[in-house]
Order: sequence, then C-alpha cells, then structure tokens
Amino acid sequence: MTGLSIEDVMQLAIIGLAQGSLYSLIAIGLVLIYKATEQINFAQGEFMMLGAFFGYQFIVLSGLPYWLGFILAIVVLGGIGYAYDSLVIRRLTGQPVFVVFILTLATGIMLRALAGIYWGFDSFSLPSMVPGTMDLGGVIIGWDHVIAILAATLLSGVLYVFFRFTRIGIAMQALSLNQLGAFYMGMPVKRLTSSIWALAAMFGALAGLLLGPIALVSTQMGFIGFKAFAGAIVGGFGSIPGAVLGCLLIGVAEPFFDIAFPTLKGVGAYVIMFTVLLVRPQGLLIQMYTKKV
Amino acid sequence: MHISFRKSYKQDIRLFRDGAQATWYLSLLVLALAMPLLVDGYYLDELSFVFIYAIAGLGLMVLTGFSGQVSFGHAAFVAIGAYAHTIMLTRYGVPWLLSVPLATLISGAAGLAIGRVCAKMHGLYLAIATLAFAIIVERLLGSGGDFTGGHGGMPVPDISLIGIDISESWQKYLVNLTIFVAVLLVVRNLTRTRSGRAMISLRDSEVSARGLGVNIAFFRAYAFFLSAALAGLAGTLLAHAFYFLSPESFGMSESIRLLLMIVVGGLGTIHGAVLGAFFIMLLPTALSWFKVLLPSGIATSGGLDSLAFGLILVVFMLLEPEGLYGRWLKIHHYFNVFPMYRRRSFQRQKTFLKTERLK
Repeated sequence: MTGLSIEDVMQLAIIGLAQGSLYSLIAIGLVLIYKATEQINFAQGEFMMLGAFFGYQFIVLSGLPYWLGFILAIVVLGGIGYAYDSLVIRRLTGQPVFVVFILTLATGIMLRALAGIYWGFDSFSLPSMVPGTMDLGGVIIGWDHVIAILAATLLSGVLYVFFRFTRIGIAMQALSLNQLGAFYMGMPVKRLTSSIWALAAMFGALAGLLLGPIALVSTQMGFIGFKAFAGAIVGGFGSIPGAVLGCLLIGVAEPFFDIAFPTLKGVGAYVIMFTVLLVRPQGLLIQMYTKKV
Repeated sequence: MHISFRKSYKQDIRLFRDGAQATWYLSLLVLALAMPLLVDGYYLDELSFVFIYAIAGLGLMVLTGFSGQVSFGHAAFVAIGAYAHTIMLTRYGVPWLLSVPLATLISGAAGLAIGRVCAKMHGLYLAIATLAFAIIVERLLGSGGDFTGGHGGMPVPDISLIGIDISESWQKYLVNLTIFVAVLLVVRNLTRTRSGRAMISLRDSEVSARGLGVNIAFFRAYAFFLSAALAGLAGTLLAHAFYFLSPESFGMSESIRLLLMIVVGGLGTIHGAVLGAFFIMLLPTALSWFKVLLPSGIATSGGLDSLAFGLILVVFMLLEPEGLYGRWLKIHHYFNVFPMYRRRSFQRQKTFLKTERLK
C-alpha cells in the first residue's frame, strides 16, 4: 500500500465509489423485492445483464438515438419484471424461501443462456452517455463514473420521496408489513407486487446501461449481482439506506483490497462480507429481529 | 393394498419397513454387484460417477434436506476433499486407505468451521455466505502455486489398495459401490437416530425444536460437519474418476448442479439424492439426442445445456417441488389404491405470505 501517491488513492477511491454506486443500484432492486414480498431475486444480476443487452440491441444494432434506446431498454425490462412476477413468482407466494431461491437462480441461468444464444457469448461495447474524462486537480475520471455516482445518489433521493410521500409508495410499504392486511384494506396486492418487480428490474437495467460503457457487455456480467448481494448483506438486507451504504463500502474497499492482497484478487467483496458478518451477523443496520414461530 | 400393523415400538425405526422392502433393496444391491458381469467399461464408469455424485448429494441432503440449511457452495467441500486427498497421495506418500478418511475429516473440519461461523445465519445470509466461501476456495486453489497446482491443475495417481493396483473400470466400480453403500447406511441410520430427528425438527421449526430440548447450535454445526465430510469423501473418489484436478471443475456451476440434483430428486429424502444423481448423469445423453432435432445454429451455440438445466429446475419448482421421488410416491399411491385415486389427495394448499420479521 505504500507505493500509492495521494492522487492514486483519490483515483481509486472515486472509481470504487462509482463501482459501489452501480452495485447499490442492483442492490436497491433486491431490497425492494425483499421488503415487499420477502422473496429473494437471484436473477437480479441477470436483469442487469439483459438491460445492458437490450441497450446494445437498440442503440448499436438497431441504430436508434441514444436516449430513445436507453429508455426503451428500461421499459422493456420493466415489462419483463412485471411479467415474471405475474406469471411465475406469484404462484409460489408463501412457499418456503428456498423454493424461490432455486427458482430465481434457475431463471438466471436460463436468461444467461438465452442471451448467449441470441446475442452471442462474446463481449460487446456500449457507447457512453457522455464520452470523455474530467480532470479534478490531477485526478482524472471518466464521465461514466461520475454519472454512475450521480445516478445512484439522485435515484436514492427519488426513491425516498416516492416511499415517503406518494400514495402508491405508502401502499407498497403497507404491503411489505402485512400482505393479507393490505389485501383487506382493498389494495391491489397482486398489481402492486408485480409493479415492485418491474421497478426492481428497471433499476437493474439502469445499472446495466451505466455499467456497459465501463466494463463490457457480456453474458458473464450478471455475476456482479452477487457482489451487490454481498454489499446489501454488509449493510443489512432489509433497508435501502443500509444496502446502499454496504455497496458503497464494498465498492470503495475493493480496489485497495486487490492491491493489498494480490492472491485474493477479485474476491475482496466476499472476504469483507465474511468479516462484517462475523462481527455483526445481521449486517451494519439491523432490520430483522427474531423469527416468529 | 398392503397395510402394516404396529406390533412393536421399534417398528418405526427399523432399517427396512418390512420384509418386502428389504427383499427389493437387497435384490437391487445384488444387481449392482453383478453389473461388471453384465455391461462393459463405459457404462461402469458412468455408474461410478452416479455413485460418487449420489454420495455428494447425500451430503448436501443431510445439510439442506434434513437440517434445512441452504448451501450454495457445496462444491467447495468436494474440492477440499479432492485436493487434500491428492496432495496427501502425491506429496506425502500417504497410503490410499489412510488418505481417504483423512481427507474426509479435513473437509469435515472445514465444514465445521463454516458451520460455526454461520451459526446465526439463516436463509439468504447462509446461502450467500456459503456461495462466498465457495468462490474464495476456488480462488485460493487457483492461486495456490505449486502446492495445489494452480490453474494448471494437478494429475491424480491411481488407487492402490494395500499393494493391489485398482485401475480397471470394474475394480473402481466396486470400490465406489462399496463406499456408496456404506454412506447410504450411514445416512439411513442417521434418520433412525436421535441426532437425525433433531436435525429434521430443526428444519421444521427452530423455536419448537428448542422447546423440545434440542441443542440448536450443536446440531446445526454437526449437520455441517457430516455434510462437508460426505462431500469431501465424494471428492476423494471424484479425483480418481477425473484423473486430473483443476479449480474450474469445482466452480459455482458445480455447486448449482449438486443443488439441482437434490431438488430434482426430491428434497429431504434419501431416494431423492440417488434419483437426482441418475438424472444428472442421464441429462447430457438425453440432451444430445434432443439436439439432433434442433436447427444446427441453436444446437451448437453452447447455451443449450444451461438453458435446459435452468428450464428443468424451473419446471420442477413450479409443478413438482417434491421432485422425482415425490412423483414416484404419487404413482405408487395411484396403483396402491387403484380405483380410488383422487388428484385432490396431493393438492397443495393455498398459502399467504407469512412474515419472518418482527419489528
């Protein structure tokens, strides 16, 4: 660690922050679904991958204008998320969590295979939203990274306002507290649940579209979803601020970890997660207490 | 229809339910022993793989099926067993008969450590923790340098049993079969004893188990130990079946294959692990028949195997969560009660979300 100048440290920290912001966009989707339905979506990383691939399809292959392709990709993923819940996941409501684990994991495998069959197993590049770099007194960062940080910050704020002040946001909160109770109060439980899945898939797609220019678009990019899991667990799975915090922590710590321990390069996120879980088995911000009988 | 009357208290925990069942299983064993006389080497090798995967599956079944702890990284324990065994054989010249139990114990100790670390985790946290463990183990094996052979891998010597070289297919088959039957007996006996029942009570409700005086922390760790030890044992045999070890053969997809195996076979049953192992081994063959029917562009693209894999899991989870063994029980029931079978007798109840959070 001694060989790093202060600029290098800043550079790594900002890149890590950008990476952490992308993790947190994926993790927000996970936490949304978990809070509303207590189901875990192991296919969230693959939703991100699909978002990036649809962006590639619309922007590069079909040649649509950037913003149109960007929005179309997010809308398509929203549709996929909605359909996935209303056609598949809904049938497993109330089944043991394990069933949904396996089901979403298997869906992830299927989506990866389908994307590979349709678009191919190579890596593709996605154009940047704003190309070029910016210079911050010796620290040079790509606009892609800056936009990732800005998007995550902005969307966390929007999400806060959405859940605090809008009617549908409050309905979703009620749903997460007591599904049957929400149903008795006349809330459209099925529609709300599917909307939450759509929202989560859209967050995944956004993360994919922002990650596309930084890393390449490939069928393997869904594995980043597991790092988002690690981040969300570090922060505490039940809360959005906790998950965002954990993801940022992991994102910033990762590049330094890789330099400090070259033998463990690439698995730093998991080592950090293990360490945190050893000290605080419920994550940094505790949301769950004990289980009911 | 066969009705078994209760005649003694020991009846519920007998090794076989009745004489008829004992006859069936013993004749199956005789058939398995006679296999080397009936089929040639290729099929014997395939059957050996089935037995080895069934051992690993039984290990995972003890953990996930009996004690209810999900593991997404069980291939890591298989890898630890395989590597420990091979390193002991090649580097330290430990005899095979000693190396297998030692490697099994090493893997079990790793499982015990993980079980202790994860003692307070449930559901998702446990799944991700075991997954992370598997990723870290794969990474460590890859960067282990000369000691583990790194990403280049490491060759595995032949089995040598007290001076006799075991290199023919039929010899290996018999070794694998013997260990498989022993493991079957161990796991079957586990379900007949207090510790097995304690694990199952843990799965069904932890609070009630504690109320009945089950030491939760102990049995969770014990399940982890036993499960990892069996996976390690499977690893030692798998090393000889592969001839060559590399970290990639114990990656995440292998863990998921193990999980697929017990889920498709039928979670929580011994039959499930064995049926699942047969299923896993037959799947590639069945797929290659199926590929002939498809346009060549899709058949050769490489994604088809994992597509089929995912699709099968999804279909089983949605339509037959009890797995192959559950389906077999239904068919059996159909013939047992022949004209009286009703679809309703196995209908799933409608369920609501029951929250696990208290706030």
